[in-house]
Order: sequence, then structure tokens, then C-alpha cells
Amino acid sequence: MSALETLLLVLAIFGVLTGLSVIVLSLIWLERKFLGRMQMRMGPMHVGPFGLLQPVADAVKLMAKEDLLSSLVDRVVYWVAPLAVFVPTFMIWVTIPVARDLVIRNLDMGLFYIIAFSVLSIVGLVTAGWASSNKYAVLGGFRAAAQLVSYEIPLILAVLGVAMLAQSMNLEEVVNSQSTVVYALVQPLGLVIFFIAGLAELGRTPFDIHPAESEVVGGPFVEYSGAHWAVFFLAEYINTFAIAALTVLLFLGGWLFPGISGDVSALGVLVFLVKTYLVILVVFWIRGTYPRLRIDQLMSLGWKVLVPLALVNVVITASYMFYGWSAWSLSLMSLAILGAAIWGLSKRMRTAPTPEYTVKLYVPAPEASNAG
Amino acid sequence: MLEDYFRQYGLIAIFTAIAVILPGSLLVVSWLLSFLRIRPSKPNDVKRSPYECGMELIGDRWPQFNFRYYMFAILFVVFDVETIFIYPWAVQFKQLGFFAFAEMLVFILILVIGWAYAWNHKALEWR
Repeated sequence: MSALETLLLVLAIFGVLTGLSVIVLSLIWLERKFLGRMQMRMGPMHVGPFGLLQPVADAVKLMAKEDLLSSLVDRVVYWVAPLAVFVPTFMIWVTIPVARDLVIRNLDMGLFYIIAFSVLSIVGLVTAGWASSNKYAVLGGFRAAAQLVSYEIPLILAVLGVAMLAQSMNLEEVVNSQSTVVYALVQPLGLVIFFIAGLAELGRTPFDIHPAESEVVGGPFVEYSGAHWAVFFLAEYINTFAIAALTVLLFLGGWLFPGISGDVSALGVLVFLVKTYLVILVVFWIRGTYPRLRIDQLMSLGWKVLVPLALVNVVITASYMFYGWSAWSLSLMSLAILGAAIWGLSKRMRTAPTPEYTVKLYVPAPEASNAG
Repeated sequence: MLEDYFRQYGLIAIFTAIAVILPGSLLVVSWLLSFLRIRPSKPNDVKRSPYECGMELIGDRWPQFNFRYYMFAILFVVFDVETIFIYPWAVQFKQLGFFAFAEMLVFILILVIGWAYAWNHKALEWR
């Protein structure tokens, strides 16, 4: 490696570090403000103009907060768990390009690398739950394991469809192959599967089964406070950004936009960021709209709906590539299957029998209402 | 060849180090703040008790958990390994011709049969 190359590498790493910190701060502000406006509140107002400095104040508060450590905690594992969650979320940024040639290292196995690393944060969540030695935390940890593991498979299979269309696992080549038509139009089914599975991987509403506040009071993070908790928080927001960025790169054409030359890096970065933030706004929008799924509904959605749909997606993409059909035929097939799946699901949800509750609900006796 | 391999993947080792140092330094800085008396540290027995919604700890620290979690983990391993096998095929299958295409359809069919078997035995049911 020459000196210039090393210098560039150091610059790139610092760029990623500062970029990610700015992005995380902006996302925290954006989420609070956006959710606030959706719920007809103002969101953060007082710290800085439009409450822009609120996330900075939050970070300072978290750093200067007393570290409450329960006496039963398994200390070593408790310390390692936030790192185990953080490392994989940070590692995938080695190969995520933000514009043409603007990437730390453009791996030939980029997609494979990202998939391999993103699974690892499950281990961190389970160890966090276990080390806390708290009933809610253990339960939340196992929930996290079951959920993330289940939705990993549709995610991998949806990515597979894109890898087939692009005939490459290199993210830059995937984006370049979308110069005529973006894969969201060719493969809408793949986009929907990827986005739903991605939401579940993030553990965001409606899939926030493992940190569910009203069920397991924060899941694996119950016993964490201060800086430890801040690391989890950081990892969560970096992950949100990563999933949105991957959606943009794989399905929405990355830094390509009709009429804008992709050769200018600054413009490319701008287009990429605008697209990514739009996807993130959709994520926040869904958070503000839908209630949480029950855990059995979550599992059946993953295994009985998304996994077969993802397999169908792989098969139709393979046939399309092999027989050389035209692109619109694939998108029509994809849309038809998506429509059929949504229709079938909504019909089933309307006609399905009400589940037997394990907890008896309180039903007042009908004749006891004349007291008073 | 080997040098090229290092150029692609040796960097990942450097990145791992940074990924550990960054949150680690966050924890250490916060720990150092307690010496400057910026971060308070006044533990007592109530603060040090595990969170149980304001109750005293009932029973064991670790609950017995549902066997279902284990089932899903096993299913994941099976499916994950099999999807990993599809990847190299997906990138190359245009060059491999009809045989590879048909073979992968059979492979996916076997996967689907296994999945239907699991469903039939109520392994996908959450109880």
C-alpha cells in the first residue's frame, strides 16, 4: 500500500465515523420531531433552534448518568454485550457505497458480507438479556433471537433475487445495473419482502416484540443505563440507516437519478441521502401508524407468508433470467403475486376465528349493572 | 492473488478494531467522568436490586423459557445453510445453463417439502 492510499483509507474511515455520528444525531431528532408532528405535538422545541440540539443534550445526559448496576449482573458479559451488538452494525459500513467509487472497500462479495455480519448482532442481544439476570431481559433476549432469526431468511432470499438480476454481489455493480430501470419496478415483491423483513430485523414497530415496553419492559435493555444503553441506542440507529441505505441501493437505484449525472460524487451522495432519508421517514411513518403484532402473529407472518413468498420470488426471477422474458413480465408476475398475497392475508384476517386467550379477560356479569 | 485477498479483507480486521474501540471509548469516558464527579455514583441496596416492576425479586433470576424458541432456532439453521448454497448459483447461473437451473428448482422443491413438513407437524405454530 502506498502512502497516498493509506492516507485515503484513514480519511475514509474518519469520514465514515463522523458521517455516522452526524446521521445518528439527525435521525434521533428526526424521529422525535416526525412522531411528534404525527401525534399533533411539537416534538423537541427548547434546546437549540427547532430543538436541533436535543440529541446532543441527550448524549451528554447519557454519558453523565449514574451507572445503575444490579447486584446479580454477570459483569463481564454485561460489559461485552453492547459491544457485540455494535460491532456488526458498524462493520457492514466497510462495503456500503454512498456514491460511485465512494466506499471504503468495494468487496466482490459485498452482499454476502453484509448478510453474514448483520446476523451477528443477535448474539449481542441474547447475551445482553442473559447477563442482566432479569426475567424480562431473559425473555426479551430469547424473543429477539426468535424474531431476528426468523426474519433473516426472507431477507436473505429477497437479496438473492437482486443478486440474480444483477448477476453480481458487488453493491456498486448492483447499482450500476439499475441505470435503465430500478429493481423496485422489476421486482416489487422483492422490495416488499425486503422492507418488511428489514423492519423486523431492526425491531421497529410493528415488529418491536423484543423491546416491547408494555410486555417485557424494554426487553434485553432493562438493566442497562447510561453509556451502556447509549451504545445499544447508537447501534439501533446505525442499523436503521443501514437497512434504509440497503433498500435504496438494492431496489431504488442508489445514487442514480434520471437527469442527474452520476459522475459527480457530491451530487451522487446528495441523491443517495435524499432517497435514504425518504425511506427512513417511511419507517418512522409506519412506527406512528401501526400497533405491535402479537408474537404468534409475528412468527406466522415470517414463516408462513414471507418465507414462501421469498422462495416464489427466487423461482420467478430465475425463470425470467433463464428464459429471457421481458422485464415488464417479471414485474407483472411480481405484482400479481403480491396482490394475491395481500388479498389472501386480509381475507384470512377478517374471517379467522378469535384466538383463545391464555389470560382470562374480565367480563362483567350482565345483570350486575343496577347497583347505585 | 494472496496480496489482493488481503487488500480486500485485511481491512476488515482494522475496521473490527475501530468498531470495538469506538463504543469501548464511550464506556471508558463515561467511567472516567465518575472520577471528575460529573457522573454520580451512589449505589444503595434498592438501586442495586434487579428490576422487577417495583416488587422484590420473586423466584429464580432466570426463568424457564418456552421450548418454541429452540424449534425456531433449529429451523433457522436448516434454512440459512440451504440459502447460502443458493448464493453462488444465483450469481453464476446464466453461464451454468439448463442443468444448473433445473437442479436448483429441485433443490428449492426439497426446501419447500421440508418447510411444508415442519408446518404440518405444527413446528411453525407459536404455543
